[in-house]
Amino acid sequence: MAIWLTKDSKVIVQGMTGSEGSKHTRRMLAAGTNVVGGVNPRKAGTTVDFDGTELPVFASVADAMKDTGADVTVIFVPPQFTKGAVIEAVDAEIPLAVVITEGVPVHDTAAFWAYNVAKGERTRIIGPNCPGIASPGASNAGIIPADITGTGRIGLVSKSGTLTYQMMYELRDIGFSTCVGIGGDPIIGTTHIDALAAFEADPDTDAIVMIGEIGGDAEERAAEFIKANVTKPVVGYIAGFTAPPGKTMGHAGAIISGSAGTADAKKEALEAVGVKVGKTPTETAKLMREIMSAS
Amino acid sequence: MDLYEYQGRDLFERHGLPVLAGGVATTPEEARAIAERLGGRVVVKAQVKVGGRGKAGGVKLAEGAEETVARATDILGMDIKGHTVHKVMITVTADVAEEYYFSYLLDRANRTFLCIASVAGGMDIEQVAAETPEKVVKAPIDAVTGVDEAKAREIVEAAGFPAEVADQVVEVAVGLWRAFVAEDATLVEVNPLAKTADGKLLLLDAKVSLDENAGFRHPDHEALVDQAAVDPLEQAAKEKDLNYVKLDGEVGIIGNGAGLVMSTLDVVAYAGERHGNVKPANFLDIGGGASAAVMANGLEIVLSDPSVKSVFVNVFGGITACDAVANGIVQALDLLEQRGERVTKPLVVRLDGNNAEAGRAILDGANNPLIERVDTMDGAAERAAELAAAGV
Repeated sequence: MAIWLTKDSKVIVQGMTGSEGSKHTRRMLAAGTNVVGGVNPRKAGTTVDFDGTELPVFASVADAMKDTGADVTVIFVPPQFTKGAVIEAVDAEIPLAVVITEGVPVHDTAAFWAYNVAKGERTRIIGPNCPGIASPGASNAGIIPADITGTGRIGLVSKSGTLTYQMMYELRDIGFSTCVGIGGDPIIGTTHIDALAAFEADPDTDAIVMIGEIGGDAEERAAEFIKANVTKPVVGYIAGFTAPPGKTMGHAGAIISGSAGTADAKKEALEAVGVKVGKTPTETAKLMREIMSAS
Repeated sequence: MDLYEYQGRDLFERHGLPVLAGGVATTPEEARAIAERLGGRVVVKAQVKVGGRGKAGGVKLAEGAEETVARATDILGMDIKGHTVHKVMITVTADVAEEYYFSYLLDRANRTFLCIASVAGGMDIEQVAAETPEKVVKAPIDAVTGVDEAKAREIVEAAGFPAEVADQVVEVAVGLWRAFVAEDATLVEVNPLAKTADGKLLLLDAKVSLDENAGFRHPDHEALVDQAAVDPLEQAAKEKDLNYVKLDGEVGIIGNGAGLVMSTLDVVAYAGERHGNVKPANFLDIGGGASAAVMANGLEIVLSDPSVKSVFVNVFGGITACDAVANGIVQALDLLEQRGERVTKPLVVRLDGNNAEAGRAILDGANNPLIERVDTMDGAAERAAELAAAGV
């Protein structure tokens, strides 16, 4: 088992015929993901060959779901079209939409999130500006490299893509149940808290690594949630201790505004509820290793 | 992107909101022309993106053109909290009877927008909220339904705006929301929103931030960037589509992925504590596809910073293959040499992930004395800091 994405997940790709979409569809298939089709209204009815796997192209997410039973969509469309693509997925009530696209205007994200809430949150949205979700050995929806680590009992939730990969690599001998990259934008669909709750409930996850970074107060709120709701051990890492205030550090959401959103405040909040916070990714991995070898 | 007050005022005016007549000047002569056009009494305000300019002497009244020129001359070139004043805004004056507060902003925690309104304006709203929380209304705004007249009236009533200005505040609230959405702003703050002695509402200050991700639908926003205030290295990086932030240390940093690069800065700073207190010189994320050309551009920017004494290239190959990165580094050094730039600063390189072994072999095989390969991120940071300290 894993959270949100399992070997039974049937995945479609919005933007499968584009360059990024086709590149990563091929990678997802190679990783063993059950990709069942793509969506592009202008190419509906055609198929695309991925090294011998013929995937049908549908006019809409709803059509694709009806025909294939898809329950996950991975969205690779350019920023200008992302809002429309997510709204289409929400309208089709697909259970999981993974939004990889970087550079989505925050008004668009706020709009599709509000739309999803108004529709009763039938769709879990991960992202935007995220690497996706991988349950090693089972399925991979997004751009997380599939060969870093195998399956295991650590859950990982992270705002950063490459730090996700780094942590998977550091702990590759232990393995992961699911790794979720929630993205570095100011507004995101799935939060640290959502992932913590899911890992807490997942019988195949024993401990959780949580990676945060400067900006906002998601880590502080996650700390409160951990205190009240999480019994499994959590290890944390925060990036951006040396980032200057007022400067956006790569991710649109990674900015210290005045005295808010600092790495120190996040570290303190996590440590106050008993979460061990590593100084570097390697030290964080070491903390997790100690927990896993003790259990 | 944060706008100057005058840019915010212009934006409000374009969206039909009531602001004072005025203009912006970079020289005393331009100030004269504006004062002559406006006539009578004016206020001259320093344009800096920092608070407290009034106390610093950056806001002055002037009567007529001559006095305006004199005040503009005083203020232009002034230093306010480390910001040099290059522009002044000149507007007519208003006879202010009451000062309120009104803003829309992004509410990250609730994944929506927030309206903050108060009848206690003209001062720091966070202070008002701390001292008299009952005077501050915070109303969540649904991103789909937005602020229509009914929603605006709800806010105005909750905040307790006086009856005689209520209709006007409703109009401003709706208009300001339209501007907020139309311009893809993440903040529009009016403090004070003033009532004049004759009962008219005016937006007397403008603090506006725009979403750079929405640039594709606002080609006009590019012109709002203050080129003179942009660090030349950041400008050069931007022209090459590189995500670079200039910092003030000695260890140049190149990595892939925003999180990993932020983490690299931290690890280098920790290592620096043991090596002459050297610090990271920059943030540079070369992103997914680190081709030789991208690496060369990145290295060129980082190496052209005179305070850089060593460079740490930290790559975890996810989609990027490390052999391509390694080839990129080797070719980049050749490319720079061909461009006539002698590279003398040492490069510490750490490669992990996709095709790391092949990448390491390429670096080792290049036999370039400037390239030093270290296997771990922490170890490489230590070495880069050590080399920077030795080179200082």
